[in-house]
Amino acid sequence: MKNTKLNGNTILLFITIALFVVLYAGGCIAYGEKGFTHFQTFLNILITNAGLICISCGLTVVMLTAGIDISVGAVVAMDCMLLAVGMQKGIGAVPMILIILLIGVVFGAVQGYLIGYLQIQPFIVTMAGMFFARGMTAVICTDQVSITQETNELFYNIANYKIKLPFGGYINNHDVYVEPYIRVGVVVALLVLILIFLMLRYTKFGRALYAVGGSEQSAAMMGLNVKLTKLKAYVLCSVLTSIGGICYCLNTMSGSVQQALGYEMDAISSAVIGGTLLTGGVGNVVGTFFGVLINGTISSIVKTNGKLASSWPNILTAALLFLFIVIQSIFAVIREKKKA
Amino acid sequence: MENNVVLTARGITMTFPGVKALDNVDFTLRKGEIHALMGENGAGKSTLIKCLTGINDFEAGEIHIDGIEGPVRNHSTRDAQNVGISTVYQEVNLCPNLSVAENLFIGREPLTKLHTVDRASYNKRSQKIMDDLGIEIDVTQNLENYSLAIQQMVAIARAVDMDCKVLILDEPTSSLDDEEVEKLFVLMRRLREQGVGIVFVTHFLEQVYAVCDRITVLRNGTFVGEYPIAELPRVKLVAAMMGKDLNDLDAIEKEQIDLDKSEVVIDASSLTHAGTVKPFDLKIHKGEVIGVGGLLGSGRSELARVIYGADKASSGNLKVKGKEVKINQPIDAMNLGMGMLPDDRKAEGIIGDLSIRENIILAVQAKRGMMKPIPMKKQEELADYYIDLLSIKCPSREAKINQLSGGNQQKVILARWLATDADFLILDEPTRGIDVGTKSEIQKLVVDLAKEGKSIMFISSEISEMLRTCNRMVIMRDGEKVEELDKDLTQESVMAAIAGGDKAHE
Repeated sequence: MKNTKLNGNTILLFITIALFVVLYAGGCIAYGEKGFTHFQTFLNILITNAGLICISCGLTVVMLTAGIDISVGAVVAMDCMLLAVGMQKGIGAVPMILIILLIGVVFGAVQGYLIGYLQIQPFIVTMAGMFFARGMTAVICTDQVSITQETNELFYNIANYKIKLPFGGYINNHDVYVEPYIRVGVVVALLVLILIFLMLRYTKFGRALYAVGGSEQSAAMMGLNVKLTKLKAYVLCSVLTSIGGICYCLNTMSGSVQQALGYEMDAISSAVIGGTLLTGGVGNVVGTFFGVLINGTISSIVKTNGKLASSWPNILTAALLFLFIVIQSIFAVIREKKKA
Repeated sequence: MENNVVLTARGITMTFPGVKALDNVDFTLRKGEIHALMGENGAGKSTLIKCLTGINDFEAGEIHIDGIEGPVRNHSTRDAQNVGISTVYQEVNLCPNLSVAENLFIGREPLTKLHTVDRASYNKRSQKIMDDLGIEIDVTQNLENYSLAIQQMVAIARAVDMDCKVLILDEPTSSLDDEEVEKLFVLMRRLREQGVGIVFVTHFLEQVYAVCDRITVLRNGTFVGEYPIAELPRVKLVAAMMGKDLNDLDAIEKEQIDLDKSEVVIDASSLTHAGTVKPFDLKIHKGEVIGVGGLLGSGRSELARVIYGADKASSGNLKVKGKEVKINQPIDAMNLGMGMLPDDRKAEGIIGDLSIRENIILAVQAKRGMMKPIPMKKQEELADYYIDLLSIKCPSREAKINQLSGGNQQKVILARWLATDADFLILDEPTRGIDVGTKSEIQKLVVDLAKEGKSIMFISSEISEMLRTCNRMVIMRDGEKVEELDKDLTQESVMAAIAGGDKAHE
């Protein structure tokens, strides 16, 4: 009996990972001469998507409780705008980051209270949150505000700091050895990923999230505090969004009302491609991480190609999402049949 | 208190708006016994259980639990668990997406020094719990990979492991097959040996006699009695559950009909709906009132639903007036001249915000098709006619049906089907929850309709009212049509048929 650990959900995770490998290998074969095979290409995917990794982890957490948070994109825009305007007004980088994190806690607590204790639909609550955050962004400033060296030296330095890796470099056309590097955001994102992974697997709160998503009524019957668990999930998601927003800002170095439009959908699709079920109770951040990587690889391939219109990543993502939803429901049907 | 008693409830009284759900009910549970709690729908079984488990707050009475001083009053399932009362329901209240071990321990996981959950430890303990109960499964697998019976047993194992003294099993066998039920019984007997007091609620009589030691019977919210199993044969149990007292209303004159001569309106042969009704043959004649009897859950409503197409028949044939027909959905049945008054009129019958007139013409309109509205004048005539015929007490025909009493609402629904001019009417519990006077009016109306040549299927849990109105009776037990009675229609013969099994005790 012990050797049948491979259940539907682990298979899904393997499919996700395999898909990433296939996509990436395909990119390497097709665009090898354009430098796709360089290790740096992979690292660039991580750098570009550091913020998205944090936010997708947050969404995975709320989706495990069968919830959703569609406010995250707008919150990222609000965070970036606050950072840009705040630092322009002379507030230091560290206090600004703390303020952003605090806003995350408050924002999440309000949404979590409405969803957990007043039992309002998460979609509605976070949609209100989305409009609020997007609106607040414009209230703070309607123009695009850039963060330059003059605005805040420390923030600028963090953004441009390269963490060189001792392996995987290559020699370019000018016979110069190019060392591969990552940026601070990647370290933050990977740290978040590991912490959330451990939290979900080894803490009471993590397991309670799965229980609530599996069956809310049962979780309550078994003596779990469903309302508090949900509240905490939304707070965690919001805090991760704040962290992700800061990582995002380190890449864009500006605040703008139009920023991070549809970012919530990127995060949700990453989680879904990574095997998280919208119905709750199933999923894990490793899958989500690969979901982000798949999305990132698609964009990267399209960018490297150079001729494809920028709308192609959307169409490919749509196809993938469709594929995954179909696979998921096939597994669900098989499981039902096995039981009957 | 006698020795060995683990739980006593005395004088429990509980009122819902307008209804006394429990009136001075006693219940005693001893260590190491399996105690059946029996009663028909509305007898107060679930209300009593909810009082014990803290979901309902009862008004009067006391609950005592062995080892705890003074009366106990629970305010939540959690309180109940803390004093040793655990409940396992028909629907498994566990998380299918977690492993068996997690389901056993979630919310009370052992922790490591780092305050993380100690998987290794609870996996090991879970395996031991399941092994001790003789259930051979891998506890690290997700719960959803196992059958309902196993899930049910995991729920029981969780309850038992939480030091429960009282285990309440609320219809745990409803969705299990025979083999699974047997496994569950083995587990129950094992727990009995360990000294757990088990309350077993079920509507399967066979199961009560297979596993229980003692029976407490409730009827209409009152305590009927507590009996050791050997002293209460089936027939007596059914009598205790249903009440024997015939109500002394005016006798209704039934038309005697000659079955061989009259036209066959409905002719079903091996009609079946997988999972609810086993294949049955049934002929219903013109001008006949046929009763369908049986305990709640015996399949009496389901039988009617299959004929009417509310549950699509999975196999078998149906002839209406000699013609082979296929009924896929209720509208097909309506077009063949059938009508059905559902037993749950709140959920399936009345549309509260519509007026009496609108509720009456609803089925006629559906039959005509939505594109052909009935002229207002015709609607008003129809409504007035039936309000008068059935003497529906209402302020006006345009009043909302919500404002009427239950009995009058029932009459409106009846009018709806009469208005379709159906030849075959199915009335499922048409008199439930209405006062005695209106009851006898409806019974008379049923008989009158039959005299006019309509065929009627009358489903009721009150044997006496079926005896008064029906020419013939069909008896259902465990989803199977077990008997057809026509000549010898008496309280005793019907009860014996409903109870089945040991006729020797009569």
